[in-house]
Amino acid sequence: MPLVLAEGIQKNFGSLEVLKGVDLRVEEGEVVAIIGRSGSGKSTLLRIINGLETFDAGILSIDGERRTGLEKDLRPLRLKVGMVFQQFNLFPHLTAGENVMLAPREVKKLSQRAVRELAEETLSKVGLADKFKAYPDQLSGGQQQRVAIARALAMRPKALLCDEITSALDPELVGEVLDVVQRLAAEGMTLIMVTHEMRFARNVGNKLIFMHQGKVHEEGDPRELFAHPKTPELASFTSAIQ
Amino acid sequence: MISFSLWDIVRHLCVGAAWTAGLSLVAFALGGAAGLGVLFARISPRRRLSAPAKAYIEFFQDTPLLMQLFLIFFGFGLLGLDISPLLTAAIGLTLFTSAYLAEIWRGCVEAIPKGQWEASDCLAMSSLQRMRFVILPQALRTAIPPTVGFSVQVVKGTAVTSIIGFMEITKTGSMIANATFKPLLVYALAAVFYFIICFPLSALARRVERRLHAACAR
Ligand SMILES: Nc1ncnc2c1ncn2[C@@H]1O[C@H](COP(=O)(O)OP(=O)(O)O)[C@@H](O)[C@H]1O
Ligand SMILES: [Mg+2]
Repeated sequence: MPLVLAEGIQKNFGSLEVLKGVDLRVEEGEVVAIIGRSGSGKSTLLRIINGLETFDAGILSIDGERRTGLEKDLRPLRLKVGMVFQQFNLFPHLTAGENVMLAPREVKKLSQRAVRELAEETLSKVGLADKFKAYPDQLSGGQQQRVAIARALAMRPKALLCDEITSALDPELVGEVLDVVQRLAAEGMTLIMVTHEMRFARNVGNKLIFMHQGKVHEEGDPRELFAHPKTPELASFTSAIQ
Repeated sequence: MISFSLWDIVRHLCVGAAWTAGLSLVAFALGGAAGLGVLFARISPRRRLSAPAKAYIEFFQDTPLLMQLFLIFFGFGLLGLDISPLLTAAIGLTLFTSAYLAEIWRGCVEAIPKGQWEASDCLAMSSLQRMRFVILPQALRTAIPPTVGFSVQVVKGTAVTSIIGFMEITKTGSMIANATFKPLLVYALAAVFYFIICFPLSALARRVERRLHAACAR
């Protein structure tokens, strides 16, 4: 059974049709890269998957549980699906360690010792064991984003959603964040990544989704699609971005 | 006619000033606690909570404090309850303060970027946890200067309670002025008393504001 299964998802913002029937199937351990022009609905799709947005039609099930889109309490869903944002969204009044420890302690009610170990473990996983006591404004963008990844991982999600997590970074900091994601992928983490890093999408992804005007326009094996795009839209998109 | 020495005037105004300060303190403490409740109702996604809170805030912001005191004073009278000027003043100013503080704090809470709310949501926090650990600690920093600044308004607002007969600085002053025929002297002294209470508060508000600016530029 797929971890994420979406069929015919539609979403309107007022009169604007943003998603016009999107199908998506993500198996456990899969790394799915979503590419497409700005405004094609990539973020909206991710945000629907973890309930930050509602949807107007279609079927969505996460880890075998059917989402109605009307549930009041989304917390059970959020425990399964973590999210990393373009703008990091670290809590600026908390240190890196506290950022990571907050939700495991308050939401999962783990003991102080357990959350401390968890934070040390996840921070060292992203290469920031020595930044436990640093505040976000004392860290570079790349380091902040890695703390954000550690914060999401500490909740032990079944899947991690990443929305253009390197787009706000200076070019020289992109690599350190992608390295972390690549290591997660190698460990078998299920990843759904909206990205503009085409090389990364091709080399790390198991599946490529090309979105165009609110639809999945093409999907398949990343190397295959990059080498032989079937539609002129994907061909012009990849040639424009490279 | 009773004769008042300068010392007598100051002595009586001192007692009035104590009542002014006490009333302000009570209104600010109780109004702050009630204001937190109004704030939570106001920003609730449930309209059953937010709509009454909005009406409450608008009523107290868009009617004169004096009318609010009259409504309490004569409202209780109509119910056959005899209410003292002190209790009227305390209730009136507390409600007034709670409405203003709720609105000031709402501005600070809503100024916290959307990403902070969404990041908390994505970590499976409840809305209460989100408020307590993420939003309020950040909003608190920006809320301190306007909150301290508003305390000055509360102190000055107590002067209105003189009209319903509460013996604070202004009421004391007007009685002495009538007795001594020296209104200018008496009211000038009364103003000095207000200044002595308010100046440290507004100076504090300015200092906290500067401190926070410096912290932001870190
Ligand atoms: N909250 C919103 N309200 C109105 N329109 C929105 C909202 N969020 C996104 N949109 C619109 O939906 C379209 C798709 O947006 P988005 O999913 O962010 O695209 P992408 O991530 O692919 O750039 C855009 O035209 C955008 O302006
Ligand atoms: Mg986007």
